[in-house]
Amino acid sequence: MSDGTLVVRHLDSAAESPQPRRQTSAAYRRRAILEWIAVHSFAVAAALFFVLPFVFVFLTALMSDQQALTRNLWPQTWEWHNIATVWHTPGFLTWWRNTLFYAGLGTVLTLLSSIPVAYALARFRFRGQSVAMMVVISTMMLPPQVVIIPMYLFWAQQLHLSGSLWPLIIPLAFGDPFSIFLLRQFLLTVPKEYIDAAKVDGCSDLRALLRVVIPMIRPAIAAVALFEFFSCWNDYFGPQIYASENPAAWTLSYGLESFKSAHHTNWNLTMAATLLVMAPVIIVFFFAQKAFIEGVTLTGVKG
Amino acid sequence: MTAAPVTRRSRVRRDRLRTLAFLSPWLLGTGVFFLYPLVATVYFSFMRYDGFTAPVWVGMKNWHYVFTAYPFFWPALRNTLWLVLVVVTLRVLFGLAVGLLVVQLKRGAGVFRTMFYAPYLAPPVAATMAFVFLLNPGTGPVNTILGKLGLPQPGWFNDPVWAKPALTLLALWGIGDLMIIFMASLLDVPRDQYEAAELDGAGALRRFRFITLPNIRPILVFAAVTGVISMMQYYTEPFVAGQVASGQIGGSGQQVEPGYPDQSTLTLPQLVYNLGFQRFDTGAACVVALVLFVLAMVFAAFLMRRGSGFLALED
Repeated sequence: MSDGTLVVRHLDSAAESPQPRRQTSAAYRRRAILEWIAVHSFAVAAALFFVLPFVFVFLTALMSDQQALTRNLWPQTWEWHNIATVWHTPGFLTWWRNTLFYAGLGTVLTLLSSIPVAYALARFRFRGQSVAMMVVISTMMLPPQVVIIPMYLFWAQQLHLSGSLWPLIIPLAFGDPFSIFLLRQFLLTVPKEYIDAAKVDGCSDLRALLRVVIPMIRPAIAAVALFEFFSCWNDYFGPQIYASENPAAWTLSYGLESFKSAHHTNWNLTMAATLLVMAPVIIVFFFAQKAFIEGVTLTGVKG
Repeated sequence: MTAAPVTRRSRVRRDRLRTLAFLSPWLLGTGVFFLYPLVATVYFSFMRYDGFTAPVWVGMKNWHYVFTAYPFFWPALRNTLWLVLVVVTLRVLFGLAVGLLVVQLKRGAGVFRTMFYAPYLAPPVAATMAFVFLLNPGTGPVNTILGKLGLPQPGWFNDPVWAKPALTLLALWGIGDLMIIFMASLLDVPRDQYEAAELDGAGALRRFRFITLPNIRPILVFAAVTGVISMMQYYTEPFVAGQVASGQIGGSGQQVEPGYPDQSTLTLPQLVYNLGFQRFDTGAACVVALVLFVLAMVFAAFLMRRGSGFLALED
């Protein structure tokens, strides 16, 4: 099992370090130049495919109402106030607050509840351990729609919590299978000797986990936190089921679609709203790029 | 090992209690949020229940209805299988191609990597709305450019033939996660194998076929299987695309025909929502949910069997 951190460091260095030069014959250099041109034209073409959608969304977001109804690609006038208009739409700030609350509290609860489970699955030996892992992997792969009917009835009729985000937040206090899985994968790479040494010194398992293990797996915790934060941030189905009946509980993802129905011909305002929903995620990514990429690599760690 | 059996037994007991303590929140959660609702879903699939009056036992009626009379089930299953075959295959191939490309770049790799990765982060609802706009047949930039080039302008999300290809484009746009996984595995291929092959005169294609592919095979399997699993759950993108493109926004309890246009974007998870929350036909919704469960578990079993290496299931 390779260590997630190593993979990332490797990834950065290999991308930057120049390849050793072997031959200097003219023919070889010509081939190298052609190869360089080919690779870079593919890269530029791919860059256009990935970046142009953002560019067009941005340009349309700043068009006037009349121009957004035409096939023009470039704004004639730059209507920066479109962004402010969306920002001040009734509800928009509430959606922001709700989304932050759901994602923030959800992430904290997920970490608190998943770390001990992952530790037990990685470090303890007990009967039914492989069954437990199979349950973790199965539930991780389960589409949420499979159990949604009884779950909705449970939250709405037994606990009267529909119309709020609590049916989405509370379950995260009981361990999230995907986070448990990722943390366990990382915990397996922590040398057993560290934990044994701590226990020889008289630490209980809980103390060893808190004092020794958690500081060692900080990158994995950051990655899992980011994953969980964005899976809550992006969640559409959950808020649709539980919060749709109460606009005061809507999230950005759910509200964004209703925004389109209110402004259904105005693509400019819809795209301004879309931009405002995309922006925070992209900005956070630029600051936490390493943790993100580590997290993705972590999901694909191989034996 | 004949030392005091009493202390050993008490230690075993203490260990067991400790394990139980660490696992208890998850055990409780699995029971309440997975096992109970799964059993309840099976129960409701044999009931007629609208959420208001008491459930009535109807035997196999719901099952019979979904498989033989309900017009949307087979289109939804066909679409789900189409998406699994086409989208997953293209995503794996494209992700590998982009990964190979970034690995080849010497300077500026970081900038390109960031550009290629960013769309993966766009929230699905926002990304879908952006694509419905980009591809809208009236004012969309894509058709504007195609028109200027004198190329045909498809109806994309408004044309039953083009709606799934449009969703495929959207899925290819968010390839960032696969690109990173492939990059990591490509950089892990031992350099000396390439050098030895080059000395033996193997060309780039042969090196790819005989060195790269065998080395990244486990990651290919992983990408394919996780891709299939995410297609089983494919909900937000087709749902939002259908609603926004059709201009009809239907909430809970509203009679909206799902999968606009002409059920071409209807998937099994959407069917559960439509039956359960818009038509209040709980029994039929549970039947579809169980079909989805069986499909997901088949692929989960496949992953556990083929992927026990990288899942680290065996110690």
